[in-house]
Amino acid sequence: MNTKKAFSTIFVVLVALFLLAGCGSNGDSASKNDGASSDSDDSTVINFMHQWTEGSSAKQNKLVNDIISAFEKENPGVKVEQEVLSAEQYKDKLKVLAASNELPDVGQAWPGGWLKPYAEGNKFASFDDILDDEFRNKFAGGTLESFEVEGKTYGLPEEINITGIFYNKAIFEENGVEVPTTLAELKNVATVLKDNGVTPIALGNKDRWTGSIWYMYLADRIAGPDTIENAVNRTGTFEDPGLIEAAAQIQELVGQGAFIKGTNGMTNLEAENMFMNGLTAMYLTASWSLPNFTTNEDTPQEFKDNVGYFKFPTVEGGKGDIDSFVGGTAGVFVAEKSEVKEEAKQFAKFFVEKLAESSLQDAGIIPAMKLDTESLDLPPLVSQMLGDLANASDITLFADNIMTAQPAQVHLDMIQSLFGGNVTPEEFVEAHEEALSNNE
Amino acid sequence: MKKVMSNKLMIALYILPALLLIGVLIYVPLVLTGYYGLMKWDGIGDMTFIGLENYMEAIKDEDFWSSASHSFLLAVFSTLSLAIYLIISLILASKIKGSDILRKIYLIPMLLSSVAIAQLWIKVYNPINGMLNSLLMTLGVDNPPAWLAEPDIVLYAIFIPILWQYAGFYILIYYAALKNIPETLIEAARIDGATAWQIAYKIKLPLIMGVVKVTIVLAIVGSLKYFDLIFVMTGGGPNGASEVMASYMYKLAFASYDFGYGSAIGFLLLVITLIVTVIIQKLTESKDELQY
Repeated sequence: MNTKKAFSTIFVVLVALFLLAGCGSNGDSASKNDGASSDSDDSTVINFMHQWTEGSSAKQNKLVNDIISAFEKENPGVKVEQEVLSAEQYKDKLKVLAASNELPDVGQAWPGGWLKPYAEGNKFASFDDILDDEFRNKFAGGTLESFEVEGKTYGLPEEINITGIFYNKAIFEENGVEVPTTLAELKNVATVLKDNGVTPIALGNKDRWTGSIWYMYLADRIAGPDTIENAVNRTGTFEDPGLIEAAAQIQELVGQGAFIKGTNGMTNLEAENMFMNGLTAMYLTASWSLPNFTTNEDTPQEFKDNVGYFKFPTVEGGKGDIDSFVGGTAGVFVAEKSEVKEEAKQFAKFFVEKLAESSLQDAGIIPAMKLDTESLDLPPLVSQMLGDLANASDITLFADNIMTAQPAQVHLDMIQSLFGGNVTPEEFVEAHEEALSNNE
Repeated sequence: MKKVMSNKLMIALYILPALLLIGVLIYVPLVLTGYYGLMKWDGIGDMTFIGLENYMEAIKDEDFWSSASHSFLLAVFSTLSLAIYLIISLILASKIKGSDILRKIYLIPMLLSSVAIAQLWIKVYNPINGMLNSLLMTLGVDNPPAWLAEPDIVLYAIFIPILWQYAGFYILIYYAALKNIPETLIEAARIDGATAWQIAYKIKLPLIMGVVKVTIVLAIVGSLKYFDLIFVMTGGGPNGASEVMASYMYKLAFASYDFGYGSAIGFLLLVITLIVTVIIQKLTESKDELQY
């Protein structure tokens, strides 16, 4: 009897407290809303969430701050409040915020598989109303399109990244090898280097997207730029002989010891460090590494003098040409449920335009807008890459930019198996075909 | 004090804060996870109710069972390693010189955060200039393995730091339990002519059996839900070779955007852990607990 009474007492108290707690939070949110509306009487607040932290990307961070103060100056009464998170945290937090409809007004976005659930879940606003012809034409070809989902544009691209093979000129000279322009030449270079006891290529394939770029390039060079795209949008198949051949070529490179040992257990950062310390001769990376290779004060001058870059070699008899690149874009979104949607869109527009003006010079980011590079004083490596970008015949997006999340995960896992020699090229494409057709 | 303890209302009041916290932070999310498992949900857009489909799929999912087998393998290894910790504590607790210092040395890994340990061991395992391979190469091994990159080895390579990480914790628990045994018992045994081995095996071990059982449960449950070092060191790779249940769940929910399925896996993880815990408790049940 006594225990029963005790339990019922506890229960009653519990229920009472839960009710109280409920009221409490209601009260809180009500007062928060009051606060927001009273704020908007005299000023509009735009919340901007991004991942250019002061610690990891100081130059970008400063640039963002400059743009924001310029925007606030031009638009009195509008305030932009920032929330800065590190890369993975940003992506995780954004998902949680989206699920509870509390997205920031403006935030950073990536195209393809990342964007799709947000666009389809009606979380992001479409920019079609502010994208008049004049504004549209400012963007470099293909960048705006990468943010399209079902004909609507859900992001304004702010930067573009293309990849290439960076190499250590001193090591090339010491071993008497030339920059390769075909895959056969690349293999020769690798063999010579290997025989002389130099690890040819740094690759951190624990991160998986790193090895994926190698595959995407070979697929492009062998099967042409459209084959993977068609396989992904299901107008073609992944079991294309060219895509099998690309996988076979990866395994040949692995077999001859072209890549660093244990690449599947190494991060991209470790690989980059090895390359920068002269432990390997080559390293495939994107233009985001340029600031680190050219202007960063912490990078030794010796390395800056020795680093060069060349386009990914062609494959004899392949359908792709040397001017086609693998790359990706990043942009900004505006939340559909934002209370200050119009102001937020204006800010997004202002942001990408301003960023395009100075990002290259100040932070080493290649903006997604067409630009006049003649007038800028840029490190030679940067101008070389920009020139190549201007003459690019095609840009194939990163695999996880074109595939949706689930096939992208299969692709990335299969990449590790391919480099590890745990699957045959045929099994590799079969797994892709299966994942893509399951996802239709 | 007696007055307070007999007042039911007071008892209720005192346990309430903890009960509330545990309820809101643990039990409510638990129920929600089970509920999300019934949904098709990418974690962003709208949910659609699909009944038990996710759970059925999980039961047929080879990747899930392979990750589960890795978790169980870890549980086996950590339980076996308890025997080593027990021997170490028996040695430390017998009055040897420097046992104080040694105890602190064993405890240090526990003071490091998991991420720091992971970074440390990533460096140790580096295939080219890591400590381990450098050592092997000076010993004349021509082609030492790339520890974290080879599917056959990677799991065991990660088990070592995991076991190392918790060694200090279990040694500390055993040490404390052994120190609690009254000196008089040991002395009496010694006077009766018992050897050190006999004292350890016939007197000390039975007396700390209760603690040993608790550590077995801790080791197994901890292994089944293990996540941190695996996530930082390999992310479950290469291609799932070091995936455990918790990292598989994370991957599905956050990388594949399959929150519903990820939740279902999370809930299964809970159910499996619960079942195993009950089984262990049943197996190690004994009627007469020994008293000092």
